[in-house]
Amino acid sequence: MMIQHRVYISTDKAIVDGKALELTEKGSALLTQIYRSHIGDYPKFFKMDTLCKLGFVASELLLNSEGERNFEPREDRAVILFNRNASLQADTNYQSTIQDSENFFPSPAAFVYTLPNIVTGEIAIRNKYYGETSFIVIEENDEKLMEQNLSVAFQDTDTQSIIGGWLDCTDEEHFEANIFIMEK
Amino acid sequence: MIVSIANNITSPLGMTTAENYAAVKAGKSALKRYEGHWGLPEAFVASLIDRSNFTDNRYTIVEQAVIHSVAKALESANIDTSSPKVLFILSTTKGNVFLLDKREKGFPQERVRLGMMARQIVSYFHNPNEPIVVSNACISGVCAQIEAMRHLESGNYDYVIVSGVDIQSAFIVSGFQSFKALSPEECKPFDANRHGLNLGDAAATIIYTRKESVSENEWCAYRGAIRNDANHISGPSRTGEGSYRALKYVLGDIDLQKIAFVNAHGTATPYNDEMESIAIDRAGLSNVPVNSLKGYYGHTMGAAGVLETIMSMQAIDDNNILATRGFETLGVSRNINVTNQNQPTEKKAFIKLLSGFGGCNAALLMTKGGLR
Repeated sequence: MMIQHRVYISTDKAIVDGKALELTEKGSALLTQIYRSHIGDYPKFFKMDTLCKLGFVASELLLNSEGERNFEPREDRAVILFNRNASLQADTNYQSTIQDSENFFPSPAAFVYTLPNIVTGEIAIRNKYYGETSFIVIEENDEKLMEQNLSVAFQDTDTQSIIGGWLDCTDEEHFEANIFIMEK
Repeated sequence: MIVSIANNITSPLGMTTAENYAAVKAGKSALKRYEGHWGLPEAFVASLIDRSNFTDNRYTIVEQAVIHSVAKALESANIDTSSPKVLFILSTTKGNVFLLDKREKGFPQERVRLGMMARQIVSYFHNPNEPIVVSNACISGVCAQIEAMRHLESGNYDYVIVSGVDIQSAFIVSGFQSFKALSPEECKPFDANRHGLNLGDAAATIIYTRKESVSENEWCAYRGAIRNDANHISGPSRTGEGSYRALKYVLGDIDLQKIAFVNAHGTATPYNDEMESIAIDRAGLSNVPVNSLKGYYGHTMGAAGVLETIMSMQAIDDNNILATRGFETLGVSRNINVTNQNQPTEKKAFIKLLSGFGGCNAALLMTKGGLR
């Protein structure tokens, strides 16, 4: 197994293969700035919750660094991400729509993001990945434990590479992505 | 070979696998209509477990359901859970999400994190390993079993305890209501008059180990796959793409005549069941009996993949294919063979299918005594 590229994003920086991007914003505004300066052709971005925005932007930077994009459908690439807080921001947001019985307005648009694996679906849709997608929650950001779980995923003989790593978000201002491409 | 050595189902239909199987075989369901429940303005039909079964206030009801289920499974498995060669894998979508409700007191907020919830459970069983929580929407229960197969195959662990759980709350029910996904009556999987799903409470556990060979009475997790539709985050593919691809992978080149039945997801939403009929037909399984257990349990979310795998193993142990409770008239575009009554079988293999939000799909081929 070999790790080919790596993208790190936290609330005030983004680093692609060791090189920091020039950015001025912070928090979710930073994600929008990266979207506008490096992506720009996927308006669905603006509908996403912060975890999905983070995963989308990080995976775009990662795939741009991999080489020319052709968006051909493929089944040999998996997307397997990990975090600590699952979909906590979306959960808290949805809970606020039902907390008060006098002001009860449950929103389907908010509810759909109350699953951590929506982001793996967003990445699969964008890139036409029919391969495995999975989300695993662990209490610590433990790269060894993640690698153990990723390496066994190659037992699926169709899987030749994985977009894997850490993707965590507690609210609009607090998040961390550390994702990479792992080749078989 | 990855072999199942013990299991348990903890549900409104019983606290043991045997009680659950007897109830389902007799056509019983725990689906009931609830009005004004949890202060929700809209009534709903669900399969809810009696909360008074769980009295240990050190643990949330979700944690207690898992602890009960794992403890029951362990009764028939001679393993030491304090060994580092034993791994716990939990499957859940919402865990302790009810703790986000500001009216909930008595547990620290951190218990809403799935990893913290899982730590309570492994510490109860004195297990030294960091637990893994698979949270892949409604396919989590099969994903967790696939994860278990892989860790055993690689030799990382000698035993994996896979436990799936979800316990319903105002959070989950109101969300599905806002989605207009709930049926106002008992659900009718694959039926022409189906109007959506019912939700259900359950915890279910399977303990897996690795063996050189299997005897004819042992259950083997033969092959599993997870595939994405790459289509939509909350609606299934119109071609059943991910489900078909997962099926194709697990079927490989095996003789389809050996498959007793496909235990589908069969949630009874219009789109899910239609999509599954397309995937099943595309995979060449339109003559194979198909059933869904949602009419007995509702959709038990993170527990579904584990619970329904156990019930399907029980059915084959009893030479039986379970009826699809609630199904009368086929209401999907492909002419698949949905069971409406219990029927005998001599075959020893089945497929468990699941699909979920995020466009994910999973298939698992289980065989009794290997594939002979």
